[in-house]
Amino acid sequence: MVTRVVTGAHYGLKDWLIQRVSAVVMATYVVLFVAAMLVCTPANYEEWRDVFAPQWMRLATLLFFLSLFWHAWIGMRDILMDYVSSTAARLGLQVVVVLLLVAYAAWAVQILWSI
Amino acid sequence: MPPTNRPKYLNLTQIRLPVPALVSILHRISGFGMFTFAWAMLWLLQLTLQSPEGYTQAAGFAQSWVGKLFLTGIGWAFMHHFFAGLRFLLLDAHIGTELQSARRSSWVVLALGIAGTLVLGVSLW
Repeated sequence: MVTRVVTGAHYGLKDWLIQRVSAVVMATYVVLFVAAMLVCTPANYEEWRDVFAPQWMRLATLLFFLSLFWHAWIGMRDILMDYVSSTAARLGLQVVVVLLLVAYAAWAVQILWSI
Repeated sequence: MPPTNRPKYLNLTQIRLPVPALVSILHRISGFGMFTFAWAMLWLLQLTLQSPEGYTQAAGFAQSWVGKLFLTGIGWAFMHHFFAGLRFLLLDAHIGTELQSARRSSWVVLALGIAGTLVLGVSLW
């Protein structure tokens, strides 16, 4: 007979860690991006578009977006767990959040690769 | 059995939040706000990147009353969330967990968010 200890299975540790790792990824991207934009400010459409022209920049920006959406999922899940006590309503809202974030990720890919 | 008659005090208009609690709830509110308006930011990014006409259109939006208000609001949400998040990462690393330093860093986070928003606001309006 296995006795399960409620606090001993590390439920949530993975999410806790992902929230922090994704935060560090985003913070790094944002600091470098803002610094680059301040040093070399794009003055028109062509210069702004060229910022995202290199493949590595598109990939770095996509990593930023994927970190953002995963981070947002954990945050929204926490908010829904705290304030929506009806299981059915919470599940429904969580599904809406996940679907939105997956759609946003596809949208981000489309934005970056149709320049 | 857990006690069922524990005292509750949930009068939101009378609870006095300590500064760290204020920073914490604003971190949650700013995150929720940015999630709510993520579609608008993606739409703006797409507009600026898809064509010169879209770029001009987005620049026009950024100069409109609604656009300035939107960007200022999102700007505060981002900066508060950013600085409060860095503070939480430091707390995770057991840096600044004493009451005095936790209060001081909360004031710093609040001030940086507001100062950053003022800089952004002045350059926008």
